Amino acid sequence: MSANGWLQFALFSVILLASVRPVGIYLARVLEGERTWLDRVLHPIERLIYKLSGVDSAHEMNWREYAFAVLGFSAVSMVLTYAIERLQQFLPFNPQGLAAVGPDLAWNTAASFTTNTNWQSYVPETTMSYFTQMVGLAYHNFGSAAVGIAVAVALIRGIKRTTSTTIGNFWVDMTRTFLYVLVPASLVYALLLVGQGVPQNLKAYTTAHPLEQPKQTQTIAQGPVASQEAIKMLGTNGGGFFNANSAHPFENPTPLSNLLQMLSIFIIPAGLTYTLGRMTGSPGHGWAVLAAMFVLFTAGFATVYWAEAHPHALIHGAAQTATLTAPGGNMEGKEVRNGIAASSLFATITTDASCGAVTSMHDSLTPLGGMVVLINIMMGEVVFGGVGSGLYGILIMVVLAVFIAGLMVGRTPEYLGKKIEAYDVKMSMLYVLIFPLIILAFTAVFVLSPTIGLSSLANQGPHGLTEILYAYTSGAGNNGSAFAGLNANTWWYNVMLGWTMLAGRLLMMIPVLALAGNLASKKSVPPSPGTFPVNTGLFATLLVGVIVILSALTFFPALSLGPILEHLVLKAGQVF
Amino acid sequence: MHSVWKTSIRYTLVTAVLLGLGYPLVVTGIAGVLLPHKAGGSLILKDGQVIGSELLAQSFTSDRYFHPRPSAAGSGYDASASGGSNLAQSSKTLVDRIQGSIDKLSAENPGLPVPIDMVTTSASGLDPDVTPDNAIFQARRISKARGIDEDRIRKLVQQHVISRQLGVLGEARVNVLELNLDLDKMTK
Repeated sequence: MSANGWLQFALFSVILLASVRPVGIYLARVLEGERTWLDRVLHPIERLIYKLSGVDSAHEMNWREYAFAVLGFSAVSMVLTYAIERLQQFLPFNPQGLAAVGPDLAWNTAASFTTNTNWQSYVPETTMSYFTQMVGLAYHNFGSAAVGIAVAVALIRGIKRTTSTTIGNFWVDMTRTFLYVLVPASLVYALLLVGQGVPQNLKAYTTAHPLEQPKQTQTIAQGPVASQEAIKMLGTNGGGFFNANSAHPFENPTPLSNLLQMLSIFIIPAGLTYTLGRMTGSPGHGWAVLAAMFVLFTAGFATVYWAEAHPHALIHGAAQTATLTAPGGNMEGKEVRNGIAASSLFATITTDASCGAVTSMHDSLTPLGGMVVLINIMMGEVVFGGVGSGLYGILIMVVLAVFIAGLMVGRTPEYLGKKIEAYDVKMSMLYVLIFPLIILAFTAVFVLSPTIGLSSLANQGPHGLTEILYAYTSGAGNNGSAFAGLNANTWWYNVMLGWTMLAGRLLMMIPVLALAGNLASKKSVPPSPGTFPVNTGLFATLLVGVIVILSALTFFPALSLGPILEHLVLKAGQVF
Repeated sequence: MHSVWKTSIRYTLVTAVLLGLGYPLVVTGIAGVLLPHKAGGSLILKDGQVIGSELLAQSFTSDRYFHPRPSAAGSGYDASASGGSNLAQSSKTLVDRIQGSIDKLSAENPGLPVPIDMVTTSASGLDPDVTPDNAIFQARRISKARGIDEDRIRKLVQQHVISRQLGVLGEARVNVLELNLDLDKMTK
């Protein structure tokens, strides 16, 4: 580890924390339907969208109606993407003449992008036409991000409203998120990325004749990269335009573009904590939630950075310690411009948030570094988390924390004036239990099957188990990063990971909306001396405790057979 | 229920046109006008022919040129099949490969510790950079092959070192293709 590495972490953190309040206020204004400075340009477009799609923007929905709209939009937009993939050879913007995507891969990819996962079983530059990338995939980067924010704000309304049957209008929440947040931010951001060197064109791949061997050729894949890159990060989607994702110099050419990408992953999830505090009239609560997230994030980064900066015990004769002119450490699967520190920071951020973009190959991380990024996902994608989904995820943890605090003092728990009763805890537990059930059940089946599971492994020994465990954790957590040595482009992996991603997204949103509806219908009770305050350091500590204990109890046995075992046997000199 | 489906279909079509086509085409238009070189992939031309991109590694194997990091992209430096080795730290293949490369380089350059980036594949397989240590390590070989004084080669490397961006971000590095282009301009 180096002082400069920590300086990069500090710089990132300061900029992020400074953004929380302004971003949170702006998001609250957009989602509460208040005026913003973009109104003059965007309000007519907003009204036009409602008109063209037949939306009554004044209509308020109850939670069931809201959930049906979420499912309806997800289903229709998923079918659209599937159709585009299957028909791309007949569609425009396909200068490479790429053929139709096979049915199992098209299903997997459609599910993946609809659910904000962006798991990629394919090599994009040889599989997806520009049309598919733009309309089939990047479109979902907007759509799934807006769905996440919509559900989160519906839950906030549930907390805030009293004796109400409704939690907002899904179409209005979506449209305002698109127009006032994601599109303008992506436009500016995409151009900044082009300024750093990210390509943006629609031409066929370039054939280059290398300097040393001009008779050979190098085919340089390009495309509308910057526009996709911007929303891929802002929407915590993470699906790369190229196979190497944000490690590819065309996606992420400079250390500055790397910093921008890291910030853009966290900026909306972090801002939403302030939105929560503002909309519920309890700013301290928003800060307490943010503090819990930040503690877990810092602990994750410190561990990954420490692990990755270590020299490999079995390699001799190389310079493996950091200097001013070489980063040292574990450079397999990392890029020189980012080195160890920025790569470790990116790996932590992308797994804390359900982004899944990568600047280093997670399969080649050290056993402990790889374990931390896996744990980040296993915590339920609540450490900042996906846009929107991170906030509603951690609010489920908040309900459980408040419930546990209530049990300790023997009182009916309250949360921001709402009594937390059996129904609320049941919905929260449903959310918390669906997640590990999907991960562990699918992992168990695939680990036990030599033909459909183990034949895809790239690495043997305990690391092989981790490859499969990581795949299903990433799918259920809607993360999308991978231990990419695993060949997931097989019928069984494609189909089952498709279901995993859909269950990890839609099945978990329904209890959230049910909770929102139930909370909205309750009366508000004034705080009493027995109320557990949710804006204190004690509360943040309890919240961290609940998250850590819950995921540790669930996943420790699996982790001990995977990365922990790998670490121990590697230290003992055993390779596979 | 009926109206949910109808709204979903209409809404998806309207927003797909706006966000899926409108947005990227607007960015393409603006970028193409304001930053044509970068939007076009930062290509380098020599005698009217594209020789590569500033941002992407390409293969160099002769003793006369600086070598980029090893590549796992396709069959090596394939700019249409980016990717890493994805080998685990506990992989025998990986440990044997790295140790084999180190032993070979140490035998050719006795007494010099081998920079670790020289024997590890990058994440993209297209990493255009090497560390300054890596480039300096190669100076002796190039000096012999070209018959140019080693100090002059080292000086050229020093001129090509890109420091941390804004003084803080990332790591110091040397772009191999640009370095090799300038190397070709050197006279004995």
